[in-house]
Order: sequence, then C-alpha cells, then structure tokens
Amino acid sequence: MVHPVIKLVAQRIALGLLLLLAASVLIFVGTQILPGDVAQSILGQSATPETLANLRQELGLNEPALTRYFSWLGGVLHGDLGNALTNGQPIAPALGKRLLNTLFLAACAAVIAVPLAIILGLVSVRYRNRWPDKLISAVTLATISVPEFLLGYIVIFFLAVQYRLLPSLSTVYDGMGFGDRLYAIGLPVIVLVLAVLGHMMRMTRAAILNVMQSAYIETAELKGLRPFAIIARHALPNAVAPVVNVVMINLAYLVVGVVVVEVVFVYPGMGQYLVDHVSKRDVPVVQACGLVFAGVYIGLNLIADLVSILANPRLRHPK
Amino acid sequence: MKDDLAKLIELIDNGGLNRRAFLGRTAAFGLTAALGTSLLPGAARADEPKKGGVLKLGLGGGESTDAIDPGLADGPVSFNVNRQWGDTIVNVAPDMSVEPRLAESFESNEDSTVWTFKIRKGVKFHDGSEMTPEDVAATFKRHSDQNAKSGAYGIMQGISDIKVDGDNVVMTMTSGNADLPYLLADYHLVVQPGGGVDDPNKGIGTGPYKIASAEPGVRYVFEKNADDWDTTRGHYDSVEFLVINDTTARTAALQSGQVHMINRVDPKVAKLLSRAPGVVVTNASGRGHYVFIMHCNTAPFDNNDLRLALKYAINRQEMVDKILDGYGSVGNDIPINKSYPLFDESLPQREFSIEKAAEHYKASGHDGSPIELIVADGAFPGAVDAAALFQATAKQAGIPLEIKRVPDDGYWSDVWNVKPFCASYWGGRPVQDQMYSTAYLSTADWNDTKFFNKEFDDLVLAGRAETDQEKRKEIYSKCAHILWEQGGVICPMFNDFIDAHAEAVAGWIEDSNLELMNGFATAKTWFA
Repeated sequence: MVHPVIKLVAQRIALGLLLLLAASVLIFVGTQILPGDVAQSILGQSATPETLANLRQELGLNEPALTRYFSWLGGVLHGDLGNALTNGQPIAPALGKRLLNTLFLAACAAVIAVPLAIILGLVSVRYRNRWPDKLISAVTLATISVPEFLLGYIVIFFLAVQYRLLPSLSTVYDGMGFGDRLYAIGLPVIVLVLAVLGHMMRMTRAAILNVMQSAYIETAELKGLRPFAIIARHALPNAVAPVVNVVMINLAYLVVGVVVVEVVFVYPGMGQYLVDHVSKRDVPVVQACGLVFAGVYIGLNLIADLVSILANPRLRHPK
Repeated sequence: MKDDLAKLIELIDNGGLNRRAFLGRTAAFGLTAALGTSLLPGAARADEPKKGGVLKLGLGGGESTDAIDPGLADGPVSFNVNRQWGDTIVNVAPDMSVEPRLAESFESNEDSTVWTFKIRKGVKFHDGSEMTPEDVAATFKRHSDQNAKSGAYGIMQGISDIKVDGDNVVMTMTSGNADLPYLLADYHLVVQPGGGVDDPNKGIGTGPYKIASAEPGVRYVFEKNADDWDTTRGHYDSVEFLVINDTTARTAALQSGQVHMINRVDPKVAKLLSRAPGVVVTNASGRGHYVFIMHCNTAPFDNNDLRLALKYAINRQEMVDKILDGYGSVGNDIPINKSYPLFDESLPQREFSIEKAAEHYKASGHDGSPIELIVADGAFPGAVDAAALFQATAKQAGIPLEIKRVPDDGYWSDVWNVKPFCASYWGGRPVQDQMYSTAYLSTADWNDTKFFNKEFDDLVLAGRAETDQEKRKEIYSKCAHILWEQGGVICPMFNDFIDAHAEAVAGWIEDSNLELMNGFATAKTWFA
C-alpha cells in the first residue's frame, strides 16, 4: 500500500500541473483580447493597410486562435518559447537572464525578510500588548501601507540623494562582481523587505497566539519553562503550516509582483521586461512571462501545501 | 542690459573675468549658456576640450524590444544609440543650416530633381574597412526597401534612382525637392558597410564611439573610436547609457551623481531641479508640438466658424504656463514655428478671445449640444489636464465641450486619425515641406485633420521644387495663412526639449533639432 503522504504529494503535484495548463489557456485567451494588435503597435503611426496586412501575414496572426494555441503549447513543452515578434530574437535566453535577476533580488530580500519577520513575530508574542509588540506592529503596518513606489522614492531621497550611502540605480549587468551586485540592489532589497515584512510578521504573531491558547502551553508554563522557550520550542512548530503559507505567498509576490520596484530602481528583472513587451503587444513574450509567473506562483504554493502536510504528525504517522 | 553685456565682454578682454564667471553673469541676465558662449570673443574661448573620462547618461524612452538596426530606431534611446556609432551623410546644424558630414559637399541641378553628394575619402568603419560611395548608396537602397521597415522609408519614397558615379552618389527624384539634404540628415539613415543589408543589427559604423556592449532596455557601453575621421569630436574615453524610464529615478540618478546627463526632464520638476547643487538644466525650443485636431470633413467640424470658435476659445499662454510649466512656447494653429528654416514671422499670433470665440460659435449655428473631445494620458504629457483647461475656457465662451477620457491602449489605432476631435502630438520634421507633406496634404496617410484644400496642396508642391529661397518663403507664408484661417489643427503649444547635466560637463550648446544637442552631446561635450 502506498504511504498516504506520497499519495497526497502526488495528488498535489498533478493538481499543480493541471492548474498550470489552465493558466496557459487563460494567458493565451487573455493576450488575444488585448485591444489593438501587434502589427499595429509595431508600425505605430506609420501603419498603412497594406503594411499592416503584410506584417500580420508575416507574423502568422491570420491563423485561427486554436491552431496558434496548440502550436504554442507544443513549443513550450519542447522548451521552445518562440521568438519575440518585435526584435526577432529567441525569447528563452533573454527571459532566462531576466528571471535569474529577479530571483536574485527576491532571494536577497527573502533571506532578510523571512527570518526577520519570524523573529519579530516571536518577539511580539513574547511581549504581547506591551510596547515592543505595539512598536513592531505599528512600524511594519505603516511600511506595508505605503505604496511601494513611494517607499522607493523615500529611500532614494534619503539614502541615495541626501546621504549617498547606496546607489539609486540598481542596474546590474554581466561581468559584475557579486559584491557589486549586492551593493547595487541595496535599496530595492530594503523596499521589498519593508513591503513584505508586515504580512509575514502579523501572520506569525496571530498563528502563534492561536496555539498559545492550547492546554499543552499551559502545561509547559506550569513546568516552569521560560516564556521564550515555550514560544520557540512548543508553539512555533505547531504554527508552521499557516506561517509557511503566508511566507510562500510573499515569496511568490517577491518574484511576480515587483514590477513597480523594478521600474523605480531600474532593475533589469522580469517585471520591466514584461511591461516593455506588453506595451509593444509582443504576445509570445507576454505569454512566456505569464507562464513563468504562473509556474512560480503555483510551484511555491505547492511547496507550502507539502510543508503543511509534512508538518502534520497525523498525516506523517498514519495508524 | 545690452550695455552691461558690452561691459562684461570688455572685462574679459582685459583679463578681469574668467570664462566661468562670465557665463555665470550672463546667465544672470537670463541668457542661455549657448548665447553666453557665442558672445565670448575668440581669445576668451581658449578653453580647449579636455580628453578622457567615462560619461554616464541616464536616458528615458528605451525598451528591451529596441534593436540596433538604425532604421528601426523609434525612441529617444535608440536615437541616441544611432548617434554614438553612426554618421549620416549630412547633419542639420544648430543654426538650421545643412552641415556636410560623410558627404563632403553636395549640389543639385536647376529644378532640384537630381542631387549629387560627393562622399568623403579616408573614412574607416569600426571594423577597419574603408567607407565607400557604394556603402552609402547601398544604405539608402536598404532604407528604400519596404521590407526593411525603416523609419526613413517615407523620406526615401521621393527618390526614384540612387547610383554611384566615381566619388559621388547621385540621386534622382520623382519630382523636384529642394529640401533633400535636410531629409537625408534623418537619424535613421546611418551609413553602414554594404548598407547593412547582411545584418542591420551589427552596429558597425563610422561614429565617434564603438559599441562595446548593448543590452536593450537596460544598458549600453560605447568606447572611443580611436580612428575617428573627425578629430574634433568624441572627447570621452567611453560613454555609458543607462536606460531609466522612470522620471523620478532619472532625476535622482543625476542628483546623486550616478549619471552626468539625463534627457526628458519633467517640466513640472525642471525649475526645482535647476536649483539643486551641481546640476544644470537646459532647454531648447524644438519643433515638437501638442495639438487638438478636428476633422474638417466631419460635422460639426466641417463648419469653419466652429473651428475658429474653438481656436479662439483656447488660452495658449495658460497652457504653456500650466502644462509645460513655462518650458515651451505658444503655438499659433500651424505646425510650424521659428525653429524651421524659412519661417514667416508676419503671421499674427492668435490670441485667446472669449468675444471672438462666442461670435464665431454663434455664426456657426451649432445646436449647442456637447462637443466630444477624446483624450488619453498618452496623447501628450498633461493631455488630460490640458483638455480640462480647454473645456473651462470654452465654457466661458458658451461652447459646451465634453471630455471623454480613454485608455492609452489602442489610442493611436482607434482614436487618432479616426475620431473627429481628439488630442495628439507631433515630433516635428526638419523642414516645413516635410511637416506639411506628412500631415496636411490631401493625399497624406496621416492627414489627421482631414484637410482637403487644393490651393494648399498646389502651394506645398510648388514650394518643394522651388530653389529660390525668397520665393519659397513666400509660398510657405501663404500655406501658413491658409492653415491658420481654415485648418483643423488647434496648436496651443510647442514643447521644449529639457535635458540636464552635471556641472562637470563642459561645452554644452543649444541645439533645437532634437534632445541632447540633437544627440551629439556625447560627441561635442567634455569633462571640464
């Protein structure tokens, strides 16, 4: 008999793939109903009916939508994302580079934000309703409430223009040293950390407080354990599932939702790349980006699900 | 003020004032740096360009979709990229004369139907090969090919034959065109080896800087071309472009010293930025203009009284003050201003007049139903605000304007040139003929005001072939009067090119052809 955990995991992965397929249909349909068409926006003001017709023919825009969907999907399954309509270059290498940049930025932000959020959450619980708790909540809620671009401009104004501690531009390029890269992305990392910290911190706090009502916590207190040990050793492991879920949502956000931050700091990531091609109606690139974003989102949520399953002893040790 | 200037110049001659102080004081008179420099007598201008350094530019208007192919350049960044590595055969100089570049000299026959360009010798491409008249001819032929999708395709349409004759390239026109050299100064027409037919994206040219690395939409690096045929330009060791599309980020990069030069300063912050330490904001009045366009063949705009009513009902000065924050000049309902050669100054300026607007509105017999004006944010910067101002002033004259705001997406395909009354902009053209031919001839694809006027068409065509400059000026004056009186274009303002650079950059001159000294800022400036 198959272990129920393996069965559950297999189920989740299959569901994830199905979801990805559904997302691909949505992306394809979505890009078809954008106003204007790619030929029109490539030619811009200079479009005449003949040149438009020629270009449409050349780009294969006259084929039926269903045919185009399946030929696109077939290509994707073979790892071929096609060529960009606007400059004729293959999409995969360009996209890969941008994706790596985005992942690098997201990883740097996550490395700081996740532990920080959890520690701040633990501290909040320890000093519940006293000034450290209130201060942490006030600050993180304030930073999460300010729009990111404004947060970006504020840190640029103080840290780049006034005090010149960090560069206001985060342009990274091939052949740049690791240290230089870290220095370049200092400001966007600060903004991203501030943007996601509040959510994770509050969730950690709420989840642990929920567990703190349990009888076994009372037992631990009666045993005479120190408050912080109770929170970290006894409460946190049982609050992992909701915390992991919210952490994953924020990680996904760090990858797919940072367009504005990338624009403000001129960071060559996926967001900027996507925006450029949306405005030019470069459909294959938009579809490829959409698919990658969907994949990241679904993948991270899958991981969250798996962690929640594995964190549940009743599932790990079936009778 | 004149006397004060004379005094300052005398001071310099006597050695009592250095150049910097002179410029500082002329600036206090409100003179631009360019004028200040031109007032300096030769001796005082001994400030020779210094060589060396890495110039960094923060540029807006670039995308990851940009190609190197010079014919496909359609934004500010690709325009500036073209200027680094490439040369055109002629340039339009800051004083609006034609300056020979890769062509040493040029001449035409009597009726401007055959033009001969003598191509410079001893010019080397970046790959070391010699630039020949054949390369020049092949370049023009490539841009004449519709499949090349060149931005200069329209310009090349008037040329029926291109051939090489010894050191010359000879072009035969379909009909006489006295402006051909101006048209060939177009920034798309970069001379490439073999015309760039094999691979237009190679980026091999004859310009002052070679492409060292190109990452479209992100960053470009150029290195000094050591074998440059023109030794008076290209003073930096290398030039770096950082693509910064966000206006605030661009401004911050200049202020924090990460870049030395930026383009497209937002008029709303230009005044504030000019007060920042170490930063110089420059503006050049260009040929770009913002317009509200009415279709002359569609009711109610087919009534000239109604068109005139709307033209009188717009407060141009208020638009310049509020939409451009003073960085521009008032328009006069023609697409031409003093930045064009052969501009006729005698055309009276149309002033905002509620009485005249009301009078013409009454004469038009319009039924008083709301007139729909379509705008989008992308029509021109501040278009929605400008429409609101227009609505308010029109209301004073009893003209009911109704503003319909639509998204930028699809604006240029579904609204502009389709709907009878909307906001738009024009970047301007180097010469009057081209501006009129592009958008005001009955036969033009982009006749976006649906202006069909036989007399006007004949005048434009006659002006194109006329070689006598006095007669041409007269012809263009007539064109302007017709359009001013009957046209469907309401032109409230001409916008300036606003750039900014660090004080460390010297040699900046005013050039109203295009932004960043017509793209030659990197070639002509240096680190002081």
